[in-house]
Amino acid sequence: MGIVEAKDLTYEYIRRDEEGNVEGITRAVDEVSFHIQPGEFIAILGHNGSGKSTLAKHINAILYPTEGTIWVDGMDTQDEKQLWNVRQTAGMVFQNPDNQIIGQVVEEDVGFGPENMGIPTEEIWQRVEESLRAVGMYQFRKYSPNKLSGGQKQRVSIAGVLAMHPKCIVLDEPTAMLDPNGRKEVIRAVRGLNQVEGVTVILITHYMEEIVHADHVFVMDQGKIAMEGTPREIFSQVDRLQDLRLDVPQVTLLAYELQNRGLPLPDGILTTEELVQALGL
Amino acid sequence: MLRDITLGQYYQTESCIHRLDPRVKLGGTILFILSLFFFQNALGYAVAVLFLGIVIRLSHVPFKYMVRGMKSILFLLLLTVVFNLFLTQGTPLVTIWKLTVTWEGVELALTMAVRLTMLIIGSSIMTLTTTPNNLTDGMEKMMRPLKIFKIPVHEVAMMMSIALRFIPILLEETDKIMKAQIARGADFESGSLIKRAKALVPLLVPLFISAFRRANDLAMAMESRCYRGGEGRTKMKPLIYKKRDFAAYTCILVYLVVGIGLGRLVLPFSLWNPGMMP
Amino acid sequence: MSIILDHVSYIYEKDTPLAMKALDDICLVIPDGQFIGIIGHTGSGKSTLMQHLNGLIRATSGSIYFNGEDIYDTDYDRKKLRSKVGLVFQYPEHQLFEIDVFKDVCFGPKNLGLERKEVELRAYDALRKVGLPDELFYQSPFELSGGQKRRVAIAGVLAMKPEVLILDEPTAGLDPKGRDEILKQIKKLQAETGMTILLVSHSMEDVAEYVDRIIVMNKGSILYDDVPKEVFRHYKELEEVGLAAPQVTYIMHALRAKGLLVDADATTVEEAAEQIMQAVRGRHA
Repeated sequence: MGIVEAKDLTYEYIRRDEEGNVEGITRAVDEVSFHIQPGEFIAILGHNGSGKSTLAKHINAILYPTEGTIWVDGMDTQDEKQLWNVRQTAGMVFQNPDNQIIGQVVEEDVGFGPENMGIPTEEIWQRVEESLRAVGMYQFRKYSPNKLSGGQKQRVSIAGVLAMHPKCIVLDEPTAMLDPNGRKEVIRAVRGLNQVEGVTVILITHYMEEIVHADHVFVMDQGKIAMEGTPREIFSQVDRLQDLRLDVPQVTLLAYELQNRGLPLPDGILTTEELVQALGL
Repeated sequence: MLRDITLGQYYQTESCIHRLDPRVKLGGTILFILSLFFFQNALGYAVAVLFLGIVIRLSHVPFKYMVRGMKSILFLLLLTVVFNLFLTQGTPLVTIWKLTVTWEGVELALTMAVRLTMLIIGSSIMTLTTTPNNLTDGMEKMMRPLKIFKIPVHEVAMMMSIALRFIPILLEETDKIMKAQIARGADFESGSLIKRAKALVPLLVPLFISAFRRANDLAMAMESRCYRGGEGRTKMKPLIYKKRDFAAYTCILVYLVVGIGLGRLVLPFSLWNPGMMP
Repeated sequence: MSIILDHVSYIYEKDTPLAMKALDDICLVIPDGQFIGIIGHTGSGKSTLMQHLNGLIRATSGSIYFNGEDIYDTDYDRKKLRSKVGLVFQYPEHQLFEIDVFKDVCFGPKNLGLERKEVELRAYDALRKVGLPDELFYQSPFELSGGQKRRVAIAGVLAMKPEVLILDEPTAGLDPKGRDEILKQIKKLQAETGMTILLVSHSMEDVAEYVDRIIVMNKGSILYDDVPKEVFRHYKELEEVGLAAPQVTYIMHALRAKGLLVDADATTVEEAAEQIMQAVRGRHA
C-alpha cells in the first residue's frame, strides 16, 4: 500500500445565494484516483480553481470526501479514531506565510506541533533543533517571525511540520506569495527534505520551474487529473499545457518553437544544457 | 504611522531579567505597582526609582526605546496632571483667570505623574523582557486554580497569545489599506465627526474581511498541526522555578520592606510629604 | 508633461535606532507615454519609490516635479496629484469593500467630487477598459475569481482618469494564464490611451516582453536604467544582486559560447527562435 492512496475521490460543495437557497452544486474534485509511493517527490499542477488545493486538504483530513475514499499510510481519513494520526503522518504547509505561524519566536512555533502531540519536553527541543537545521533556519531560532522574509517564514513553517516527524509533507502553493529568491529558498529546502530526510513530498504549485525535479507530476483541471507522467512527459505537450492555463519554462518553449520552425529536436527539453546538446553544439 | 506604537512590545536581547520565570515578573510587577500606592513621602518614591533603575539596567533594554513607546500615552499623563492641578481644593498658590492652583494640587499632580510614569515603565519592563507566549504561559499557570470555576484558562491564554502575534500584522495591514484608499481619493482627516466615521467604512470592511480570512487560515493551520485544546499537551518551555527566580523574589521582598518602611516614615523635617500636609 | 525626481532620498523611521535608508539619491525622468518596468527584489526600495510619486510618502530630502510643479510646494494640491498619478497596490483586491463591483469602482471618482453622471460614466468606462464582462458589474466583488477581483481593483484606480498609472506587482498570486491576461490587458490599455505606465515587478521574464524601459533598483539606488536589451547584457551583475535575466538570455549566451552565431540580445522566446533559425541556416549554408 502506498503512503497516500485515493479511490474515486469526489468532493462537492453546495453554493447558496444571499438568502441561503441552494443555487447549485460544484464538484471541486471529481472521481480522482491515484497512488503515491513512500519517498516520492510528487508535483500537482493546475491553474487557480482547478481543484488542486481542495484535493490537498483531503490528505490532511481538513476536508473529507463526499464520495470515494482516501487513505494516508493505510488509514482511512474519515476514521475519527485515526484523525490525529493522519494529521501527524501527513503534515501540511499552506500558502500564506503569515497565517500559519502561531509562535512569537521561531523556535516556539516549531515546537507547537510536538507540544500538541504530547511529546516530552526534552525531545521537543531535540526535534526543534533538528527541524530548524534541516531547513537552514537554526541561526534564526530566537527571532520574531515578523522580522523574517517570506521565504524564511515558509521555511519555518516547513520546520514546524517536520518537527512532528511526518512521513509525508503536503505543500499547498508554498511559493505563490514569495519573490524569486524566496521561491528558490523554499524549493531548495523541500528538495532537501525529500532527498536527505526521505520524506514523501507532495508539492502543489503553478510554477513550472519548480516541478522539474519531481518524480511524478499530476496536472489537474476541472477537478480531474488531466495529465500524468514524468516532468519530461508533461513538458513535451506544450499545446496541451497552454490549453490548461499553464505555461512551460522558456527553454522548453523555445525548443518547441524551433520544432515548429522545422528543426528536428526531441520533445520535452528541460534545461539549457539539453538544448545545447540537441542542437549538436 | 501606526507602527510607532512600541509600548511593551517584546525587545529581543539577552539579560538576567529576560531569563526570569514569567510568574516572577508578573508577580513582581503587580507588587511593584501596589507598592507605589503605599508611599507617603518622597523617600519611598526614591527607593522605587532606584529599584526600577537597577531593573532597567539589568534588562539591557535601551532606556530610549522605552521612552519612545511612552509617547503615545503622554497625553493621558498630561490630562491627569492638569486635572489634579486645577481641581484640587486647598491652600491657594496662584489664580489664573477662574482657575486656582493649590499647594495640594501641585503635590497631588506630581505624585500622580510620578506614580503613572513608574507604573507604565514598570509594567512595560515586564512585557519588553517577556515573550508574549511566555507571559501567557505564566498567566495560565498562575490562574490554573480558576479552572475549578470552569474558567477556560488555557483557551483564554491561547487567544491572548494569538492576538498578540497578529497585532503587528494587522496594524501593518491597516496602514496599507489606508494608503490604498487614500490613493483612491479617500479622506480620513477632515470633515465632521459623522463624515469621518463614514470615511472609515472603506478601511474597516477590508480590514475585517482580512482578519476573518486570517483567522480561518490560522485555525486550519493549527488543526493540521494537531492542536486540540489544552488536554494532553506538553510544554516546550515548562515553567519551573530556578535558583535565580527565588533570588529575584527575595530582591522584590527586600525592596518592598525597605521601600514601604521608608515610604511610610513620618519625617521630622518637612521633606515632601503629601500625606502630612495640613 | 512628465515626472522628474531630483536627488530624492528617503530615510525610514528617521531619528530612531531603526533608521534605514530606503531611497538613496534617486534622479529620474519619466516622460509621458512610456511603459516602464521597475525591477528589484523585496526591500530594494521599488515600492517606496512608487509611493513617492503620488505623494503618499514624503521624501526626506530632494524634490519631485509633476508637470513642472514642485509637489512639495505648500500650496500644491496633493489630493489632485493622487488622482493624476494612480497607484494600484499589491494585492489590490484587498481594498474592495462595496456591495457591488460597480459601486466600488465609483468610489474613486466620487471622492473627486464629480457629478453622479460623470462618476458612473467613468466607472463604466474603466470596467470596460480592464476587460471585465458586463454581467459581473452588479455582482459582489467578493464572489469574483482572483483575476477578476484584481481587474476591478485596477478599474477603481483607472476611474479617476490618471495620467500616470503605477501598478505594484499586478500579477502576484495569479496563475500563468491569469498573469498573461492581466499583462496583455495593461499593454492594450497603454496602447489605446497612451498613458504613462509603471509596472513594478520582481520578474524580468514577465516584463521583458511588454515594456520600453527597465529600471533596476537595488538597495535604494538605481542600478540600471535602460531599454530591456541593454539591461539584460548585465545578466551576470544582475545575478549578483539576486535578480535574474530571462532564461532566454542565458540560453543565447550558452549557445554563443558553444560557437553558434546568434545575437545574445534576444529578450523574448519569439526573438530567440528567429535568431537561432537564422544562425542554424547560416551554419548549414
